[in-house]
Amino acid sequence: MPTPYSSELDIRVTDSSLRDGSHAKQHQFTVDHVTSVVAALDDAGVPVIEVTHGDGLGGSSFNYGFSHTPEQELIKAAVKTARRAKIAFLMLPGLGLQDDIREAADNGAAVCRIATHCTEADISVQHFGLARELGLETVGFLMMSHSRPPEELARQARVMADAGCQCVYVVDSAGALVMEQTSDRVGALVAELGDDAQVGFHGHENLGLGVANSVLAVRAGARQIDGSTRRFGAGAGNTPVEGFAAVAEKLGIRTGIDVLKIIDAAEDVVRPVMDGECLLDRLSLTMGYAGVYSSFLKHAARQAATYQVSGAEILMEAGRRELVGGQEDQLIEIAVALAARDRSASTQNPAGK
Amino acid sequence: MTKATAAIVGSGNIGTDLMYKLLRSQAIEPRWMIGIDEQSPGLKRAADHGLLTSADGVEALLAGDERPDLVFEATSASVHRANAPEYARLGIQTIDLTPAAIGPAVVPAVNLGDHLDAPNVSLITCGGQATIPVVHAVSQVTEVPYAEIVASVASPSAGPGTRANIDEFTRTTGRGIETIGGAARGKAIIILNPAEPPMLMQDTVFCAVPADVDRDAVTASVHETVARVAAYVPGYRLRTEPQFDGPTAVSGGLARVAVFIEVEGAGDFLPPYSGNLDIMTAAATEVGEGFARRITARRAAV
Repeated sequence: MPTPYSSELDIRVTDSSLRDGSHAKQHQFTVDHVTSVVAALDDAGVPVIEVTHGDGLGGSSFNYGFSHTPEQELIKAAVKTARRAKIAFLMLPGLGLQDDIREAADNGAAVCRIATHCTEADISVQHFGLARELGLETVGFLMMSHSRPPEELARQARVMADAGCQCVYVVDSAGALVMEQTSDRVGALVAELGDDAQVGFHGHENLGLGVANSVLAVRAGARQIDGSTRRFGAGAGNTPVEGFAAVAEKLGIRTGIDVLKIIDAAEDVVRPVMDGECLLDRLSLTMGYAGVYSSFLKHAARQAATYQVSGAEILMEAGRRELVGGQEDQLIEIAVALAARDRSASTQNPAGK
Repeated sequence: MTKATAAIVGSGNIGTDLMYKLLRSQAIEPRWMIGIDEQSPGLKRAADHGLLTSADGVEALLAGDERPDLVFEATSASVHRANAPEYARLGIQTIDLTPAAIGPAVVPAVNLGDHLDAPNVSLITCGGQATIPVVHAVSQVTEVPYAEIVASVASPSAGPGTRANIDEFTRTTGRGIETIGGAARGKAIIILNPAEPPMLMQDTVFCAVPADVDRDAVTASVHETVARVAAYVPGYRLRTEPQFDGPTAVSGGLARVAVFIEVEGAGDFLPPYSGNLDIMTAAATEVGEGFARRITARRAAV
């Protein structure tokens, strides 16, 4: 294996239960939830724990769902609880502001993760500059990486690295990457960035490949891997940290995570915080299949219920329109259009069926 | 009646699109196009249409014997900050299409009448032009404690200026939602979408409203406002009827109305998908015509 992450770790894992899991929890995390999960993950040796609204700083909104507890309060609670782990946060330029980054830094977060759609890296330049100026460690997210070929992603990764990003992630927001599609993309970024920045991989389970894709990413040179304990995340959930830690140990990849402790944390601490398991069901599999942004799941389900239309159809249409992360508002308009279509079909054929 | 004369400063895509709109105006004669690059295709097009062109910036224009009544600034915020004091000193009314925000913010469908004599007005942002009228329409009917807009634009229509300072877009738009739209608190979100073929500009406006709000009155007010904007931005329209939702935990306990707008550009010079740019040049033209009519009326009265 090429250069390890550090002398103790071959790769570094970031747990996103308290950020990506915010989608599954519909952004209703409390300080108690955060405190219990951070304590358990920290004790199991998870080196980085991400805490933010699912859509990053400033995500609390009509469009994405309002937070139960302000995310900066959650970040403070996480920082206070963690003994060894670094606390990370996510932000999306165009939604969050530079002032939000300053506030998170003041609250003790150490890792700033900045996400853009995978063709729009240049909107993050200012934010990386600020994060570095504040002394934060930086990570860049190229979201929806399945939608572009490896060489195009590599060019976008270069934009982030030149702006001060220290690790660029291939982010499989739709859980749509299949095996070599992951390693080809990671490999292209490694080749482009060389020693200028590390490469990471963020997987989802919408095609059931989170762990497998992550192992392939590591073999292609990724040095940072994201997951969520108990898959607690958007869509069918994220790469399960406990599953990945177990597999990594068997492959001789050092993650620093105590496998038995994280297995217990998943069952005894994280699961009780979840409203339900993150499942590979009809809607989430549709997302992986159609290449749809995972956090659309709960929104599509809600609009399907409101307008009495098919959630899977909403998601297929979102895929057809090539919606990107953040366009949750469009799901409402799609549901309204589907309802109108269904109504006109039943008027034309009033006998029903 | 004679027309007011205008100079377009900035010969890029926006300046060029604006020129085509002004060439059709009954109130404005675009006489000058000012750039900084002799090779600029915008200057060439302007010359072809009979405008006086210069690649030497604004100094020569302002030093000339004959000066414009109006300046449309389509450069950048920093250039406009440098130029604005000169325009003001010479009494040239200025319509600012950059994010410099020196003068009062104007959305023609809402508050143009309040600022017809302002020496300098700012057009806020494309997202502001598209969404503030809707927030205003709702706040005419009921109190709006919070309004939030999501502007989705096609990637190729977002220029380097917007990309380099995207916080400026969200902050400026959010402020306009409050000061002009009438919401107590405003928030703006911008999304760049690279889909091919490029998507039309789409804007969603969420307004918090009382759960028992008169829905028909809100809907009627929105329709009326959309028609008012469409009078100067022909491609501005509703994608569907306003949608009302009751309060839930995810909505922060707030009832809301959601309004879905689409803006198709007129295709004067910029491609129709870039409704975000068209609405800026169309709003600039509308403001400029308001100014021009005052100027020519004053002249006739002398």
